[in-house]
Amino acid sequence: MKTAITKNKAGGDAAVLTGKNLASLALVLVIFVVVGLVPTMTQGYPVTLLSYILRYVILAVAWVLFSGPTGYMSLASAAFYGLGFYMAAVFSGRMPFPVIVLVAGVVGFIVALGVGGLTLRLKGVYFAIFTFALVLLVQNVVLEAERLITHTRGRFVETTSLSTAYYAMFIVAVLTIGVCVLIRRSRYGLALQSIGEYEEAAAHSGINVVRTKMLTFATSAVFMGMAGAIVATQRAYIDPYIAFDLNQSFLPVVMAMFGGMGLLVGPVIGAAVFTEIQEQLQTRFPNLFLLIVGMVLIVAITFMPNGILGVAQRAWRWLRGGRRAPA
Amino acid sequence: MHLLEGEGVTKHFGGLAAVSDVDFYVDQGEILGLIGPNGAGKTTLFNLISASLKPKPGKIAFKGVDLTPLPAYKICRLGIARTFQTVKIFPNVPVARNVMVGALFGTGRRMSSRQALKKAEEALEFVDLLPLKNVPAGDLTLADQKRLEVARALASDPELLLLDELMAGLTQTEVAEAIGDVRQVRDRGITVIMIEHLMQAIMAVSDRIVVLDYGRKIAEGTPREVSADPKVIEVYLGEECDVAS
Repeated sequence: MKTAITKNKAGGDAAVLTGKNLASLALVLVIFVVVGLVPTMTQGYPVTLLSYILRYVILAVAWVLFSGPTGYMSLASAAFYGLGFYMAAVFSGRMPFPVIVLVAGVVGFIVALGVGGLTLRLKGVYFAIFTFALVLLVQNVVLEAERLITHTRGRFVETTSLSTAYYAMFIVAVLTIGVCVLIRRSRYGLALQSIGEYEEAAAHSGINVVRTKMLTFATSAVFMGMAGAIVATQRAYIDPYIAFDLNQSFLPVVMAMFGGMGLLVGPVIGAAVFTEIQEQLQTRFPNLFLLIVGMVLIVAITFMPNGILGVAQRAWRWLRGGRRAPA
Repeated sequence: MHLLEGEGVTKHFGGLAAVSDVDFYVDQGEILGLIGPNGAGKTTLFNLISASLKPKPGKIAFKGVDLTPLPAYKICRLGIARTFQTVKIFPNVPVARNVMVGALFGTGRRMSSRQALKKAEEALEFVDLLPLKNVPAGDLTLADQKRLEVARALASDPELLLLDELMAGLTQTEVAEAIGDVRQVRDRGITVIMIEHLMQAIMAVSDRIVVLDYGRKIAEGTPREVSADPKVIEVYLGEECDVAS
């Protein structure tokens, strides 16, 4: 009797969930199709802006893939992103564009695996500082290697058209989101969350903590490297200071927090809204830009601890509560 | 061959010998009690068995397999599960999914999440937590969180279960229930080593008891033998030497 009731309940929950899932799946598909068709409808600035947004969607979602559930605050994004730039420059003209993007992803994966083996022993703020230093380390290694071997500082990159770059960015963004959703829903999602909540208990419950962390860290680096390779083709010239830009480590973190990390749409919304705010401020107040960004951030962190997503969830609950109250 | 056997197990923290040259064993189907004053090295011994720490020197073998070089997750998959003195649950994860972690990763077998959920629900049923399966684990009472740890450990299909102060902080009624639970665990064929400060409980439930003091094993035997041992009375039981009677 008791089991029958629980079963019914579980079945009911599942049915409701799939209904809701279908609706959100349809919404996501519509958004994907619209975003995918933008270059056929318009040219110029809207496409550029959207490609910026897609770049930060990739970086923020890839960052959240690892740092969200595990709580390990990685500031290494710029290292993998910058390596992507260099792959684009080194193989420019020697390989087709899609292959270069793939190579950038593979290099990101391998480097992250190596680095992960060293850094993931560290915890908390030490991990954050080490990953931050990693960006500077890679930057200086590249700088010195170029100086000693090729006797140059920068490199030229064969450019691709804006719409090619846009589609590439779009595909990688969809891939990033897809992989994140799959991982979150799989057993590895549960493993990552367990590691974030109590690493020791996770290890004693049979989770290979080291391998899970390293593979996830490396997977997130794949997308960062790919994004870098695509962005590089929109610039004719790169050097280590352009490629390993520390902003690319901080912005994804800020955007993810700004959007809210409870659900995957959080970083996506954060990336979109924050990129747009940045663009507006940069064109209207070029001198006060950083000051205002800083103030916006302080206000956001103070009043929206769970990001835009948190505010939206609260508003939704309030609306539903409001509707229920008179009945 | 003993199920678990330790030889000359030693662990130093700086100059302090937390566990010093301890030999111990547990046989299949036994309930072994581990007692001793605070700081005697009981939890350290658990940490050595479950590979949070490595003995140096010394050797611990499970069914003849040397545990010393193995990481914690492999020891869990070999069939040794544990709970913690201070509960270590995944607070923001629902109760059922806490237990699913043990089933999905701790058994060493691949299973679908449906099978894992079924296994988790069985374990929750066993510790009477099934009605709370969708509640975030952090919202449970301390007693229930301890039960949850036991369920998570059981879901990994252990042959040996290490219980670290399962009954500390529980009410009288809860202690009585916990004693029943431990016996039931053993009746499922799972061997148990338990650390406990509650003399009444450990004397009632253990087949054999090992007494540690300052990292050394000072006595070993049935509850009756141990509670009559003058050394034990001196260092540990004090005035309460008659509790087992």
